[in-house]
Parts: sequence; C-alpha cells; structure tokens
Amino acid sequence: MARNKETLLLLLDVGPSMHSVLPEVEKVCSLLAGKKLIYSKYDEVGVILFGTEDTKNELTKEVGGYQHVVVLRDTKVVDGDLVEALQQLPRGTCDGDYLDAIIVGMDILIKKFGETDKKKKRICLITNALCPIKDSFEGTKEDQVITIAEQMAKHGMGMESIVVRGRLAGDANKRIMEENDVLLNIFSQKTCAKLVYVESPISLFGALRTRNISPVTIFRGDLELSSKMKIKVWVYKKTSEEKFPTLKKYSDKAPPTDKFATHEVKVDYEYRSVEDTSKVVPPEGRIKGYRYGPQVVPIAPSEWDAVKFKPEKSVKLLGFTDAKNILRHYYMKDVNVFIADPGNTRAILAVSALARAMKEKNKVAIVRCVWRNGQGSVVVGVLTPNVSDKDNTRDSFYFNVLPFAEDVREFQFPSFNNFLVSWQPNEQQQEAADNLVKMLDLAPSGKEEALQPNFTPNPVLERFYRYLELKSKQPDAAVPPLDETLKKMTEPDPEVLSQNKSVIDAFRRNFELKENPKLKKSTRRFLQEKPSGSKEGEGCGDIAAQSVDSIKDTSVVKVENIGNLTPVQDFENMMSRRDGPEWIGKAIKDMKKRIFDLVEDSFEGDNYPKALECLVALRKGCILEQEPKHFNDFLHHLCKFCQKNNLNCFCEFLASKELTLISKTEAIDSEVTDDEARSFLVKSEPKTE
Amino acid sequence: MELDPDDVFRDDEEDADNEFYQEKESTKELLVYLVDASPKMFSTSCPSGDQKDETHFQIAVSCISQSLKTQIINRSYDEVAICFFNTREKKNLQELNGVFIFNVAEREYLDRPTARLIKEFDCIEERFMKEIGSQNGIISGTRENSLYNALWVAQALLRKGSAKTADKRMLLFTNEDDPFGNIKGATKIDMTRTTLQRAKDAQDLGISIELLPLSQPDEEFNVSLFFADLIGLEGDDLAQFLPSVGEKLEDMKDQLRKRMFTKRIVRKIAFSIANGLSIELNTYALIRPTIPGAITWLDSVSNRPLKAERSFICSDTGALVQEPLKRYQPYKNENIKISVEELSEIKRISTGHLRLLGFKPLSCLKDYHNLRPSTFIFPSDEEVFGSTCIFITLHRSMLRLERFAVAFYGSSSHPQLVALIAQKEIISHGGQVEPPGMHMIYLPYSEDIRHVEELYSDSNGAAPKATDDQIEKATALMKRIDLKDFSVCQFSNPALQRHYAVLQALALEEPDIPETIDETLPDEEGMARPGVVSAVEEFKLSVYGDNYDEEKELAGNGKASEASKKRKAIADNAVKESANYDWDDLADNGKLKDLTVVELKYYLTAHSLPVTGKKEALISRILTHMGK
Repeated sequence: MARNKETLLLLLDVGPSMHSVLPEVEKVCSLLAGKKLIYSKYDEVGVILFGTEDTKNELTKEVGGYQHVVVLRDTKVVDGDLVEALQQLPRGTCDGDYLDAIIVGMDILIKKFGETDKKKKRICLITNALCPIKDSFEGTKEDQVITIAEQMAKHGMGMESIVVRGRLAGDANKRIMEENDVLLNIFSQKTCAKLVYVESPISLFGALRTRNISPVTIFRGDLELSSKMKIKVWVYKKTSEEKFPTLKKYSDKAPPTDKFATHEVKVDYEYRSVEDTSKVVPPEGRIKGYRYGPQVVPIAPSEWDAVKFKPEKSVKLLGFTDAKNILRHYYMKDVNVFIADPGNTRAILAVSALARAMKEKNKVAIVRCVWRNGQGSVVVGVLTPNVSDKDNTRDSFYFNVLPFAEDVREFQFPSFNNFLVSWQPNEQQQEAADNLVKMLDLAPSGKEEALQPNFTPNPVLERFYRYLELKSKQPDAAVPPLDETLKKMTEPDPEVLSQNKSVIDAFRRNFELKENPKLKKSTRRFLQEKPSGSKEGEGCGDIAAQSVDSIKDTSVVKVENIGNLTPVQDFENMMSRRDGPEWIGKAIKDMKKRIFDLVEDSFEGDNYPKALECLVALRKGCILEQEPKHFNDFLHHLCKFCQKNNLNCFCEFLASKELTLISKTEAIDSEVTDDEARSFLVKSEPKTE
Repeated sequence: MELDPDDVFRDDEEDADNEFYQEKESTKELLVYLVDASPKMFSTSCPSGDQKDETHFQIAVSCISQSLKTQIINRSYDEVAICFFNTREKKNLQELNGVFIFNVAEREYLDRPTARLIKEFDCIEERFMKEIGSQNGIISGTRENSLYNALWVAQALLRKGSAKTADKRMLLFTNEDDPFGNIKGATKIDMTRTTLQRAKDAQDLGISIELLPLSQPDEEFNVSLFFADLIGLEGDDLAQFLPSVGEKLEDMKDQLRKRMFTKRIVRKIAFSIANGLSIELNTYALIRPTIPGAITWLDSVSNRPLKAERSFICSDTGALVQEPLKRYQPYKNENIKISVEELSEIKRISTGHLRLLGFKPLSCLKDYHNLRPSTFIFPSDEEVFGSTCIFITLHRSMLRLERFAVAFYGSSSHPQLVALIAQKEIISHGGQVEPPGMHMIYLPYSEDIRHVEELYSDSNGAAPKATDDQIEKATALMKRIDLKDFSVCQFSNPALQRHYAVLQALALEEPDIPETIDETLPDEEGMARPGVVSAVEEFKLSVYGDNYDEEKELAGNGKASEASKKRKAIADNAVKESANYDWDDLADNGKLKDLTVVELKYYLTAHSLPVTGKKEALISRILTHMGK
C-alpha cells in the first residue's frame, strides 16, 4: 500500500467566475477523497484555494505577495474531515491567480520532500483560467512559467490542469483566455502535465481521475515480426472496468456488547456425495470432471497438466490485413496498449514506423499472444495504430481480442429487403430519419464532443460513494437520488431536443406506432409514454422524469393494473396504494395471473427470470401484508401446473434460485414449517437429471 | 437471496453458471441413421485419401462415427439411433425382418449418445459379419421389403417427443439407386407404392428424410429412379442434389467441435427514440467467449458426483447463519452497513430501456472504447406495429451518414452508455455472413480508461518519431505479409480443441490423444519466402541500423539492468551458500526440517526452483528435485 503512496495538492479556483461550477468541483473532489479513504488510505492530500477574499499561506509571510491564496488544509493523510471540507468550499470574491497558487503548492511540496524524495507528487489545478496572472518582475510571463515548469520537472511533480470552458465559462476576455492557454500549455510540454478543457458539468466530473491505479505491465518481451526481426514492447491495460465494490457480508450474531466483534461472515463450501448426504468429502478426495454426453469424465490435475495445451510465452505477428476486414463489433474484451520498451529508442522508432505505415495504408496487424508462461490458452487479436498527435507522446498500438470460430454463433436473420412492403420506409420517412441522425448531433464542430467516454464518469459508483459518506453520518439514511448532473447522461439533453424540436416532430409525424391488437396480454406500456410534447422543450424531459420517478417514488403514479414491462414495480406500487383496501387483493390476483402468463408464454425459458422476479416480489408482498396462504397456495398450484404441462424446467429453475414457500417464521399465519418450506420444490421435482 | 436474473454480462469467468451459458436447450434434434447393410455396400469400394480402398459401408460408418464424436460435444442433448437394414439378424421393437438397431447397455434405442456407444460403434466392422450379418432383404418372390421395414422402425423410434420441441430426421445411407430393380411386375409396383406411402406418412408426421447416396466410381447414383420420389425432389433441386451431397458428406466428417447454441432472444427491450416514441427490440448474443463446459466435482474414489453446499458461518460466534441480507464496507474506521435492497437501489438509475441520446460520426468511436463482447439488436413488431419500419429507416440513415448512435442502456445491474453501430447485411456464397441490424457496444466510463501512453511522455518535448524512409520500409513489409482474405473467426481455439480431444480420448479410453493443430501459429513457410525475408531485413536495417545489439541497448536502460543485476547477485550468493550444506545427507536423515526457511531457499534458488509456499512445501520441493 504505502509503496504507491501519493501526495496530492488540489488547487481550486473559487473566484466569482467559478461560482457556477463550484458545486461540481465540490462533488468530484469529495468523491476523490472518499475513494482515497477506501483504496489508498495512506495518501496525503492538501487543499489550496485561490480567488478567496483572505490570504493564508506561508509564502506571503515569508516573502510577501501571493494574495488571495488560502491553504485550506495542510497536506496530511486523508480523513473524514477532508471529505466534509471539500463538500462545502467557501466562495471567493476576487479573481484568482493560478500561477500564484501553483507556486504556493510547489513550495509546500518542496519544503516537505526536498529535492531527493522520489515519492509521487501530484498537483491538480481546477480553474477556468479567465483571469490574467500578474506580470512578473523580471522577464516575460512565458519565461516565468518556463522557469516554474522546469523546477516542477526537476522535483518530479506531476500536474493535471482542468480548465473549465465553453458554455460553463460565460463571457470572458478573449485575449486573456488565449494568453492563459498558451501559458498552461507550456506546463504540459515541459513537464509530465496533462491539460484538459471541459465544457459541460458531466465532463468536469469525469475529467479528474478519482482513483489512482498504478499501471502494471501484462507482458514485457518481443513482438516477433518474424524469427529475424523482433521489437521490444511492453503491454499494459488500456481499459479495465472499475467494478462496483464487493461488499463483505455482515453478521449481526455477535452480542452488541462485544466491542471487538468483526461481524464477518465466513462462507464455507462443503462437498457431499449425492447418495449419502451425511458424508463430507475433503478437498483431497475430490476430482474434477467434465461432461461428455450424459457422462462425467474425471480428470486428475496431474494427468491434465501432462496433456493440456501449453503454448510458450510469445507475441507473434501473423500478418497485416485491411482495416475493413475487422468489423468493430468483433472486439471481445477490454483493450490493451502496446508501447515500445521505454528505454529502447530503436524499438520506439520501429513501433512508430509500423504504426504510421498502418495508419497511412489503413491496415491493421493480426497477432497471436501468450502473455505468460504456463498460460493455458492463446489469444488472437488485432493491433490498430495509435499515432500520437502530441510531440511528446510516443506512437503505440491498441490491442483488441478477436473471437475464435467457437465464439461466434451463426444465427440467421431475415434480410430487411425481404420484409413486408408496409415495413419499408418511403422517401419522406427516410428523409425525416436522415435529418434526425444529422441534427441530433453530439459532436458538433467547434464545440466539445458530448459524452466522450474519457470524460464521462460512472454514475452508479458516484452514487455509491456518496451514499457511503452519507451513511457514515446518518446510519439510516435512504439511498439518495442520482446526482442531477449525472442524470443528464441517462436521458437526452433537453437543450439539444428543444433546438431540434422541428426535426423530432417531423420524425414523429412520419411514423405510426400501433399496439398489436391480437396480443391481449400485452399492456399499453410501450405507447403509454406521453405522445408529442405540447409545450416547447417540455415533452421528453417530462416523460423521462416521470418514468424514472415511477421507480423511485412509487406513490406518485397510481397504477391500476400490472403491466407487462415492469410488473414488479407495478405490483409494489399497487400494494402500497392506501386509497382503498381492495387494491392489495387486486394486486395479488393480477400478479398471479401475470406470473402464469409469463411461465406459459415462455419460449425456451426466456421469461423465467422475469417470472422469478415477479414471484419474489409477490412473496415479499405476501409476507408484508401477512397473506402467506395466498402465496403458498399459488406456488403449489403453479408447480402442479408446470408438471402437468411439461414445464418441469421452471420448477428446477425456481429450486436452483432457492425460492421457497413462506414459512411460519416469516409470517405467523403460515401453516408451513421451515423445513417444509425449503424442501417443497426439491420434493416436487424428483427427477434430477 | 441476491437475485440478478437480468445480469447477462458479468465477467466471463463468473458467467459459467449463468443460464445464458447453460448447455441445456429445449429444442433438440432426434436423428435416426439408416444404413444400408446389403452385400452391395461391402462389395463396392472407392479410393479414399490415403490410397487405401474403402467400402461404402466403411465410409458410412466412419462418417457416422465422426459425426457422433462431434455431436456429443456440440449438442449432447440431441438423441440418435443407429439402424442397419438388409441384415441377417433382426433387432427392433416391431420384430421386423432385416432391420437391426445397434445399441449398447444403459441406453434406449433412441437416446443421447454415450461414450460407450461411440466406442463400440468404432469397432462395429469387426463384429458386424458375425453378430449382425449382411443379407439382401428384398428378394423377388417374397413379400419382404427391408427398406419399408427400416422406414417403419425409424418412424416408430421417432414417435418420441413432440414435433414442436424436437426436430426429427432420418438420414439414409445407401448405394442402391433402384432397391426394387430385381423385382418384376405387380409386386414391384406394389412395393414401390407402399414404401413411398410409408415415407410420406413419416414426412406428414413432421419427420424429414435425407438421403446420402454413395456413388460408385464408374456409375453415378441415379436419384430419379426411385429416391427422388421418396424424399420429394423436383425440378431444379433434383439437378442440384448430387453435387451438394458430396459437400454434405465432407461436412459431416470435418465438423468443428463447437458447442452449438440455439438462437434465442436474450432480452426484449424498448428503445425510446424521442418524444415518447418507443420501439421494440430484441437483443441477441452473437459473440461470446466459449468455455470448455462446467466442471462437476466427483468423489475421487467412487467417481460419483458431489453436491456443493454453501454455508455461512458467523466469524464471531461460529454459529451457522442464513445468508445475511446486510453487507458492509469499511470506511473511515467504521463498518458502514448497507442492505442488499439498498445496493440494488443504488444500481437502479434508469428504467430498463435503451434511451437514444444522439448521434456521432463513426470516427468518434475509438479502438479503445470497448469492455465486453457486443450485443446484437434486431427489431420486432410483435407487440408494437411499426417498430421494424422505424428501425430500418434509422439503420439506413446511420449507414449512409456514417454515424453511430449513443444511447443509455439502463439495465438494472449494469447501467451503461452504449454505442449502436448499424451493420448492413453481408452475403457471400449464398450465405449470410453478417446479419443486418445494429451492434451495441458497451462504452467505458472515464474511470475505466487508463492513460498509459502518457506515462512515458518525453519531458524535453519531442518523442522519437519514425522518418519517412522508415515508414516507407514498414509499408513495403506490410505489403509482403498481407493476409488478403482474413476473416475474424477463421481460427479455432487451440486450447479448446485440445480440451475436447483429451476429453474424448479419456472418455473412450483411446490409447493416444489425437493431435490437434494449432492454427494460430504464424505461417513459417510464408515468412521464409525470399521476398518477405528481404523486406524484413530492409525494415530492420532502416530502424535498427546495422550494428544493433539488443544486449547493449538493454545495458543503456538503467532500470531493467539494475533489477536483473540484483537478481543475479542473489542467485550467485545462493549458489555459494548452498555449497556449505550437505543436502543429500540432510535429506536422508530427515534433517531438512531443522533448517530455516532462508537456508532452504538457498538450495531452491541455486537450482532455480520456485521459492514460494510454506516450509513443508519447500522441503517437499527439494526432495522431489533430488529425486527422493
């Protein structure tokens, strides 16, 4: 842990022109601090504000100047106070000078670490760079910045600048803006600094890396063009999903008085023989088996090791091919990046030459990779050139895994031309669609491309960490709604919609959607969403809000029957209606019918998961309302029905998901004991294989 | 109980248990092989690949045997029966003459193939004459008709299962194009009529009859004499028939061992376009990594299957508990408790629909914007009329304007931004290579993207870039090693093919494991062509210069050499230290356990063995290495 310890200084512009975006800055910075509390507890963070009314920093005491720069928090190990401090940044009253702030920050780091300490040091600047920096005493501003940047490089500090621009910046003095851009750019050229411009709240949110993961190579060795020519390369992950954290299971069995209770739950797996369930087989008494037809063939690990596929560690070129031969949807996994061995200039040149040649001729390379010795499989993938447009970054390749013959399922689909004439669009419709595709543009020229993956954060993770912080203060807090800013990426941008209202309306007018009259069971859900918005800009936003609300706040929309699309929500909604006692009865009745329909209409079990969801909801509802008999009778009935109709696989499915009857312990009115409840499905399905 | 039935796209490894990957399928195939065993099948032969002559009977049998071996892996829930006709002995439920159903113990006549069936069928030839015997079953003067009997037996076998859920087929191997040729007059007409009627009856019951005729070298099988009527061939089909049969036979033999999946809809989703306009889509999984199949744990003594049982134990009290509904996350020196419901509430940030956000030019979709295999979407008019029309229109516009759609896919477990790419239909050689529709590509979030390239950016402002000459040489090299007709899935997975081969060898108790070919290795022969070699040399010279020494280059790189120097020092030291012990003596007297772990590691390092594990592991590793 401590090995990758990082010291981070946040330099935040809180001047008046930044006030409109400060809420986002607060959110992203506190998220960063919250994640550090979990993943890198020993990191140190300091916060420096500029553009403030007051002045509080050491340099001003020592040499004077450096006004309106406040060290809000000295660099120290992250703690809860930091999160709170970042959640409520003071609003400043003066124009901030980012260069002053950078110097104050560097001063702190140099004083703390000296020149020799090679620990990771990072400065992160968030500003709109709209205000001019002061003239320097000697030389031009450029000279001053160059001197600072050189110092920064000398001390091994990294810098990340996030510059808020575009519609977020408001109107500003163009000359100052350009001057600042030039100055900030010097940093990114002279040091290992990153400079990004963001134009929307979402991308501001996504621009700051909230979690630091030190990159690890997955392969170092030769890229073999042939047996004669090899290039030294290192391979890293380019994308890798940041997963939702896996939480530990909590046990409440320890007495509340026990202060040292860990509350951990250990999960234990025991293997018992099918015939004699009392016998537990120890790990050494077990052997792996694979299915071969109806039989299982046992294979001892030693035997397996002797015969299994054992490729040697290597990365070999198979050849080049036209880029159009590799369709984009064949990319199978997360992406790797091949870079030339950083210390090997010749290798860098070789990679650069190939990448540039490939890009020019629109070719890609097919390679066969075995990353490690002892790896039991090979991957075949495609190298695509990543030619750097910056002077100081080297060329590299992206690597994507391609499928093997076994991985592709050759399903046939009807050709669009063979469809009914009524399904073929006419010219007018096609034109309307063309306009829609053209006008609903997320990457208009001259503006920031909206929703770029590089700047779009994961809303679920943000929500989780915010909830965690909330719960640490109020243990019984409810899940907060999705962040307003991030919610915008789950629905169309109202601004884009209102700008293109005429195009959208034209598109709508040209097509007609109709509910299939023969499908009685289908609900009107598909078309239920409000038709065309009557007032400007209101239409879609409302609909989105409404459908999201119907999940979050079930009491808002009154549901009168259970639909096909969201039966669980509808059911819960109906159960919670308090405007009449008859609703509970109706909800249970309708839900049963819905489940029956799902099971009956299921094609190859495609509805089973949904039916199970409904059953679980029904079960929960029946327990809540103390109506266990309704559920238990229904489950009996359902199973009988399945057995009669050759749908045993549904019972198996339920058993595998451990759905049980409602027992006495769960609802006092039930006549079913715990054991009966558990064994019910197992018993009703005697045939196992 | 944590329910996540929606979650189809967890990590590949975890997905093994997911129903999405389950082998069991509700539609299966029931197949009866009908093999003519008349003397004529044994007497005619044709040259096979390796100069040895094969009889028609041998061809049919080896074809079936190959097919069974593939089937047991690809579609093991399908059922088969192997049925000979024109035999001396009879074995069938109807006690009909001249029809013999081949079977092994613990198996019904029409059942899933077993290892035993395959194994015994492999040696059918040796036993055939003795146990089954060949005898022409259609003899003039009698009313015996073995072909009729065979059809009857097969049809009776295929009575099993409903026609709705199962695909029923008979596959007929014969080299006799005129089975009633030696019979004259009314009997012939009568026999032809009844046999055709029997075939028609079977077809009316939803059973398809396929013919695999075996032609003799000098005389082609004449389908129109009799069998055209039996299998219902007319007009153009008749002319096409024979050539296509040859391919079919080859196909049966050379099938890839590959688990087959029936086309099924993963999910039905609503795609909301704008202003409340929502169309209906089905999603399909066209590309997913195939895994070797689930592991079943067995008792190593009895080889009986074991059942895994999961139990939860409270670490504080040791009590057995039900799966708890609360989770916790350590945060600020505290354990924050979060219930399972709250967790799923956090993840639910949108309705389960696909919501269109806008369009971007295709160039905005970078090569690194990928996390998981894509999902295919195709429109449906089942519930909402007009969906397909809107989909087709958008599809066309997107193709023409070279744009993709960005949408938010609010699945309950994995809400994500996706790119929708329109794919036009591609047909080659009469078959559909790419179906028309859209592919949904899961986009990474900013947290998922790493900026590795910037890690080594050069602070002096200029990274080495190739010169025009070097690029030119690279282009020349590229032209030389060009894979012209590369198709993405042309390679089979060597690890998987090896797995299946081993499995088959073990199950059938074959003495040798058949060799599998690793198709993914580079084409050494092609690479050795003079043109390629000289292009490589020129490129090498252009980027590396003529005195490139890899070792020297490495030495210039301080970091790597430092680490390797250190490693070498440790190894040298270990060799020195290790020489101070009399290892043989220590091992023989069981005194190894008296040494410290550090001392044990001297031996291991000196002999470049792994040094991980507990002390006992180290000792046993040393003993194994010494051969004791």
